[in-house]
Amino acid sequence: MTTFNMSPINQRRWQLFVKNKRGYYSLWFFCIIFIVTLFAEFVANDKPLLVNYDNQLFFPVLLVYPETEFGGEFETEADYRDEFVAELINNKGWMLWPPIPYSYDTIIYNLPVPAPAPPSADNWLGSDDQARDVLARVIYGFRISVLFALALTISSSIIGVAVGAIQGYYGGKIDLIGQRLIEVFSGLPVLYLLIILSSFVTPNFWWLLGIMLLFSWMQLVDLVRAEFFRARNFEYVRAARALGLKNSGIIFRHILPNAMVATITFMPFILTAAITTLTSLDFLGFGLPVGSPSLGELVAQGKNNLGAPWLGLSAFITLSLMLTLLVFIGEAARDAFDPRKQIS
Amino acid sequence: MNTNTPLLKVENLAVNFSSGDDNVCAVKEISFSIHKGETLALVGESGSGKSVTAHSILQLLPYPTASHPKGSIQFDGEEIIGTSEEKMQTIRGDRISIIFQEPMTSLNPLHTISRQIGEVIRLHRGGNKKSIEKHTLELLHLVGIRQAKQRFNSYPHELSGGQRQRVMIAMALANEPDLLIADEPTTALDVTVQKQILELLTELQHKIGMAILLITHDLHVVRHFAKRVCVMHQGMCVEQGSTENVFENPEQPYTKQLIGSIPSGSAVPLDTNAPALLQVDQLKVWFPIKRGVLQRTVDHIKAVDDISIDLSAGETLGVVGESGSGKSTLGFAILKLIASKGTLIFDQQPIDHMDQKTFRPLRREMQIVFQDPYGSLNPRMSIGQIIAEGLSIHEGSQQQHEEKVIEVLTEVDLDPDIRHRYPHEFSGGQRQRIAIARALVLKPRLIILDEPTSALDRTVQVQILELLKDLQQKHGIAYIFISHDLAVVKSISHRLLVMKEGKKVEYGPTQQVFNNPQQSYTRELMEAALG
Repeated sequence: MTTFNMSPINQRRWQLFVKNKRGYYSLWFFCIIFIVTLFAEFVANDKPLLVNYDNQLFFPVLLVYPETEFGGEFETEADYRDEFVAELINNKGWMLWPPIPYSYDTIIYNLPVPAPAPPSADNWLGSDDQARDVLARVIYGFRISVLFALALTISSSIIGVAVGAIQGYYGGKIDLIGQRLIEVFSGLPVLYLLIILSSFVTPNFWWLLGIMLLFSWMQLVDLVRAEFFRARNFEYVRAARALGLKNSGIIFRHILPNAMVATITFMPFILTAAITTLTSLDFLGFGLPVGSPSLGELVAQGKNNLGAPWLGLSAFITLSLMLTLLVFIGEAARDAFDPRKQIS
Repeated sequence: MNTNTPLLKVENLAVNFSSGDDNVCAVKEISFSIHKGETLALVGESGSGKSVTAHSILQLLPYPTASHPKGSIQFDGEEIIGTSEEKMQTIRGDRISIIFQEPMTSLNPLHTISRQIGEVIRLHRGGNKKSIEKHTLELLHLVGIRQAKQRFNSYPHELSGGQRQRVMIAMALANEPDLLIADEPTTALDVTVQKQILELLTELQHKIGMAILLITHDLHVVRHFAKRVCVMHQGMCVEQGSTENVFENPEQPYTKQLIGSIPSGSAVPLDTNAPALLQVDQLKVWFPIKRGVLQRTVDHIKAVDDISIDLSAGETLGVVGESGSGKSTLGFAILKLIASKGTLIFDQQPIDHMDQKTFRPLRREMQIVFQDPYGSLNPRMSIGQIIAEGLSIHEGSQQQHEEKVIEVLTEVDLDPDIRHRYPHEFSGGQRQRIAIARALVLKPRLIILDEPTSALDRTVQVQILELLKDLQQKHGIAYIFISHDLAVVKSISHRLLVMKEGKKVEYGPTQQVFNNPQQSYTRELMEAALG
């Protein structure tokens, strides 16, 4: 069976999804933005995409070249934005720059006004209070937000579905103990835990993901557990047991595909929640390490520099666009999985 | 009122359902009339348009999705189609009442029964609280609810299915309607209760003098309770006339087929030297009732209590009983799908102490077919995958699976090409064949058939029974046939076990039990079912 050969039930779902025009176009729009930001190094970078020096081609985005390669003096990596290096290269060839010639951490030393600088032809969204290009930071920030949210959603779904499946399928004591543990665990204050933890370690991407994962997997458990409770008494599940199928086989082949409907419908909303959480942690300063391109940090800068409205506005527009698109996609997905919805 | 003009006159009625570009014609053309105090039965198989016709009399269809392109419905000389909703509200429940099939869902679980009956009276008659209460109590007496005073403030869940249907009837009769539409009023009930309800309806008909439009698929019910009958098939009235005439001299081929499709014949001849296949001795399935903080077991619900049976290869044991008698539980216990106590010996091997793992290889020898052909097939798997699932558990090699699936589909009279399609594309009868194929592909020696024909129309039922008998003759499979339908059981089983409340009532060769029932409960059951 190929992936293109969709079962009729999935064909119907896809039709329903497409029918929700808003969600369908949101999906396209979101995918395009996401793919563009995935290649952020080629869109916004302080290294040229391609250098022709002495009739030789160099790819600074992908590889590290020492300055001596271009006739410079230092054996460290070439700083292509340095006027001296640029002149060396331009004398014997040319450089092809990405559309935005700044990376998220490029400090612009030759700003015409003191940082934060308002939007201009060079810095389309202006610069922040540490003289870094806002557009470049937004692009990288978008990427890290979505990747973080995706990683969190997928891993917490896997754990949540597994725990919910076990509780729902076996029921009885396992379910009882599991539910009580979850109730106790979900009572822990996540934010304080994060604050305490961030004084022990410098939280990086993976630390944050791990800590958030400790608490976010519980969202799906109840949903999946209820689905399994319902489905384990279906006659086709009984028939499968009578055929001699093992418990694991019944869970994976018969019940899980049905329980996945509820999970997939829920996923876009977990995704938005994860983005919001990461942003708010960054805003408070307990999130990603200092200097990382994060939208939350941009919001904080907007708050600290009320005289520079482009900071707050950029962050606000990016966040609201991203969350709105995800919610629209989520609504369309919910429609698609609704068995009562008519196609006509 | 002139006695010659009918109470209800339906002429050339058609009903269309349209959604978008789809246009489904549920009723093509039907005409009938009912006089005061008369009973007319609308008979037909599922999808023949009986219920749609009945609901259009009360204008209860989902308009404007539904429409009547032609025809008229005249009630007491007045046209109903196109009447304003306000006018209809005064007719519904007052002059025309309806009873639905499902007594479980037709009552509001949050209100007491007296409140629900009282509401109908208050809406149409008005009156103060006391007089309504008095009237309600009278109605409860009328429909034969014992201890009506104590039951007065009961909630629906505290009543049995039969009692709920009585409450529904009380609600329908509250305002002494001229016409009562009974839409499959007894289908969800046990046979003995079924008989009581139908007798109650006839008795009340004489008392109040109302007309009854009885909608049913059960010919047995029609024969005993309707004076005239209208046979429907694919949205058309095929034949109409007095019940006697239609049953004695059916004119149309469809009517003949319908009447002829009462399960008959007897079981496949049995080899007297057949080896014993299954022995069940003193089987008990008890569910503990736990109370108190320490969850001590205070009592047991005895779902199956002390049942002993034996079965030889190629034999059919019929298990009959009303709902809740433990028939299905017995089947599940034999398959070790639920825990039980007692001795189970399958093919000289004691299986009662085996754990699930050691028992698994034996599962291919014992299969099960369920009642609900819609619920027993996983909607996400193609027919081929469903049937081959057992093979992939018990036979490692993938190569012959496809061949075997094709072979077994041919055997149950289905086109082998359907293996690439999905369950929702098939009718109830076809699905049941698929379920049988799934059990059959493993070449089992015992199949437990749990009400395999109950959800099917009569004509399909007969076909499935024939198929089962053919397969039994060919492969020598033993069946345990669980059913509440005595006519079906009679036509297939060699021996019969009658159960009540988990206990054995009677056990013996089918002919002997039918001809000479020893217990009063068996007699009662047979009288109700076979008349």
